[in-house]
Amino acid sequence: MPKDSRTQDVIFEARDLHISARREDGAEVPIVKGVNFTVRRGEVVALIGESGSGKTTISLAALGYTKPGLEFTGGQALLLGEDVTGKTTDQLRPVRGESVAYLAQSAAATFNPSIKINEQVTEAPVLHGTKTQGEANEKALALYRALELPNPESIGARYPHQVSGGQLQRLMAAMALCGDPDLLVLDEPTTALDVTTQIEVLKAFKRVIKEEGAAAIYVTHDLAVVAQIADHIVVLYNGEVKEAGPTDVIINRPRHPYTKRLMAAIQPLPEPGQGNIALDEHLRDDPAIEVRDVDAGYGMGVGGQPAVKILRDINIKIERGQTMGIIGESGCGKSTLARVIAGLLPACEGELLLDGQPLPPALADRTRDQLRRVQFVYQMADTALNPRQYIRYILGRPVEFYTGLRGKKRRKRVEELLELVELPASFADRFPHELSGGQKQRVNLARALAAEPEVVLCDEVTSALDTIVGANVIDLLTRLQKETGVSFVFISHDLSTVASFADEIVVLYAGRVAEQGPTDMVLAAPHHPYTRLLISSVPEPRMGWLEEAAQTRAARSGIAGGVEMTEVGCPFFERCPLAIPGTCDKVDPPRLDDGHGHVIECHRELSELE
Amino acid sequence: MSNPSNTEHFVAPFEEGVAFEELQDAPPRTGYRPSLTGWIGIAVVTFWAVIALAGPWLAPYGENALPFPDAYEEFQVPQAGAPLGTDVADRDILSRIMYGAGRTIGISLAATLLAYTLGVVLGIGAAVSGPKVDMVMSRINDAFLSLPTIMLGLVVVAAIGSSIPVLIATAGLIYATVVFRLARAIGMEIMVMDFVEAAKARGEGRWWIITREIWPNARMPLITDFGLRLIYVILFTSSLSFLGLGVQPPQADWGSMVRENLGALQYGQSIVPVLAPALSIATLTVAINLIVDDVSAHGGGRLSGRM
Repeated sequence: MPKDSRTQDVIFEARDLHISARREDGAEVPIVKGVNFTVRRGEVVALIGESGSGKTTISLAALGYTKPGLEFTGGQALLLGEDVTGKTTDQLRPVRGESVAYLAQSAAATFNPSIKINEQVTEAPVLHGTKTQGEANEKALALYRALELPNPESIGARYPHQVSGGQLQRLMAAMALCGDPDLLVLDEPTTALDVTTQIEVLKAFKRVIKEEGAAAIYVTHDLAVVAQIADHIVVLYNGEVKEAGPTDVIINRPRHPYTKRLMAAIQPLPEPGQGNIALDEHLRDDPAIEVRDVDAGYGMGVGGQPAVKILRDINIKIERGQTMGIIGESGCGKSTLARVIAGLLPACEGELLLDGQPLPPALADRTRDQLRRVQFVYQMADTALNPRQYIRYILGRPVEFYTGLRGKKRRKRVEELLELVELPASFADRFPHELSGGQKQRVNLARALAAEPEVVLCDEVTSALDTIVGANVIDLLTRLQKETGVSFVFISHDLSTVASFADEIVVLYAGRVAEQGPTDMVLAAPHHPYTRLLISSVPEPRMGWLEEAAQTRAARSGIAGGVEMTEVGCPFFERCPLAIPGTCDKVDPPRLDDGHGHVIECHRELSELE
Repeated sequence: MSNPSNTEHFVAPFEEGVAFEELQDAPPRTGYRPSLTGWIGIAVVTFWAVIALAGPWLAPYGENALPFPDAYEEFQVPQAGAPLGTDVADRDILSRIMYGAGRTIGISLAATLLAYTLGVVLGIGAAVSGPKVDMVMSRINDAFLSLPTIMLGLVVVAAIGSSIPVLIATAGLIYATVVFRLARAIGMEIMVMDFVEAAKARGEGRWWIITREIWPNARMPLITDFGLRLIYVILFTSSLSFLGLGVQPPQADWGSMVRENLGALQYGQSIVPVLAPALSIATLTVAINLIVDDVSAHGGGRLSGRM
């Protein structure tokens, strides 16, 4: 219900806002340096910038909150005309519950796993006494409907683990909106979601914000997402506003070089024919690594088979000096495949060949040289680097372990490695927590390169990074490949990143290969229906894309859903617009090969998939 | 100052060709700085540490000397010559507290160190071992944990006879079970981190993983718990002494001093003979607790959450 017009039009205003951190030695480090912006009723203002730009800090200021170690040092944050910067927690409590609501990035961490959803959604207004339980329930039900949640009457009676990630994200929005807040603060609410889920969530958010007439601050680093949902964009860099204006102006006619750079960092999905052309200078007869008929899974089942089988019948060849992109939604077995190749999860069927020679499935049976030649790079540099070791040691150990270099030579090699990943040699004497996210990811990469490997398995290495930083890491990978002839297996849920960089693409769905082939061919028709879904879900940085995508997707029924493993038939059956009942759910799909290395597993004819 | 209207296009001044560096998003470093309660704790613990080390030299009288040999009377009130009065055998309480400090703290510290050596080595060993070895070690440990500590201590000391080495060994073994469980839990938590898996994938041996990957990360939480465990051991050895199975007379120790002087509560002129050693135990344990709380609050209270 729209707010009545008696209340004022300006919901939130930041006036010359300054926020600083206090260092150990007492020195003041400015984080936010005089930011001005206004949020009016019914308006979505996006704060956009990379990590460290202060966007989250500014958005939290709307709640009168600063993270531990930070403090307001100047200016005002006016919520409904009242400055919230100098208030105590007790004074802020009614404001936080009634006027402003905060939506965190991870719904899974926001919901209490042991309390039913409806109770949590309605808790705040009931607690604050603004609604009776009955009114709150009614409001919640209306929100479940507006957010297009399945079974709105009964979903509140479930526990958080009984709904999917995308649904939980929408339920979190219901939780925030249940108390009719004037201002909604959304902190990267779709960043952790798959592209297919992101569309549903964005669409629901957009609709509900409009219907409720609430104002919102939307924090994100993703311009493509912002273009869909925001009315006004504020571009932040290093705690300062670099550019601000209506979405249309910022997206289509950016003037500040930083905004232009943000736009440039968005990888558009390459048109077929513009993909990478394979360099053949490193080619040899045998592929760098070959995966033959591999099955793998977790747990101990009967007869040496795993209790839960994830991967089925995987066949992949990665040529020397080339990049294989592996793509799919979460739960499709992408990481499992990388772990099988790395030996962290021994395959239960099939074989691995390294440079034409058999590679033992389990880590313990591989020789040190075999271990050296296949390296694994983890997604989260934060947990992949030992927080108590100097960078010098993190990089020096694999150098010594694999190449036997010691003392001065080892030190020199560490400096070379840092130079290779474009970091200053002085970083050797730092701990991982003294580095930024992008720098840590470079060290993570350098550790794999220290082994002078032939195959590097990159598991979502850019997913936790901002667009610009991620693009820099991709540039680095491309350069390293040219210089060292290393092969990459690049795992990502982001099709545009993979497509810009990989020579070949494997589309995994529920542990099976749905489609594979050279990048150009996978991007061009004919498509597996799942590939088509992924391609159409990649957000484009232009206004109106969301509506178009939703239109075309609406024509296909039930396409949003979780990934389910199936024992027989095609696992995509439930979500497939082209499914043939009686065939697709009963019989495993055949491999359709066009003779040029482009394979689609589908019951439909290639001509039907155009 | 008013804000620009939202239909306006604001562009910050810029220079062409300026590169935008990747921003530093690492939080500023904050070291541990004790709060007021932390400082109080540190002051009190330092005070007792000095007494424990230098007590026998600082004490006005010997451990069993009489301050008023000519006027023998038990439980004399505090007065000039005996600031805390005298005990059941007319000995100077202040001197006995100072002698007892070294013994109480020394025994407890030695026992806690023993508990930590055993518990940490076996606990982290169990964490890095296979599930079968871990299972056997943990079940044996659980069996010992299920026995009430003070009863177990009583039985052991009663059977072997009381001496300081027996006290240390008994308390050390009993508390090693608790440390084992904590060290194993911390070890398990670190074992599943990616950097440990990366070390395994590199082909590193078990010893390397324990000493280079796990121990540096387990050290801090274990050191914090050490303080807490020391409190329990002080209370445990004091309880044994109170029951007459700890430090044997005429040697002084805070627990046994409470027991010796219990009569003062009924027919003495002052209650200081009981109160003084009891307060000594209380101030020391509370002070250690203050430090532990302060340190773990700085570290996000992870440890206190786990306890």
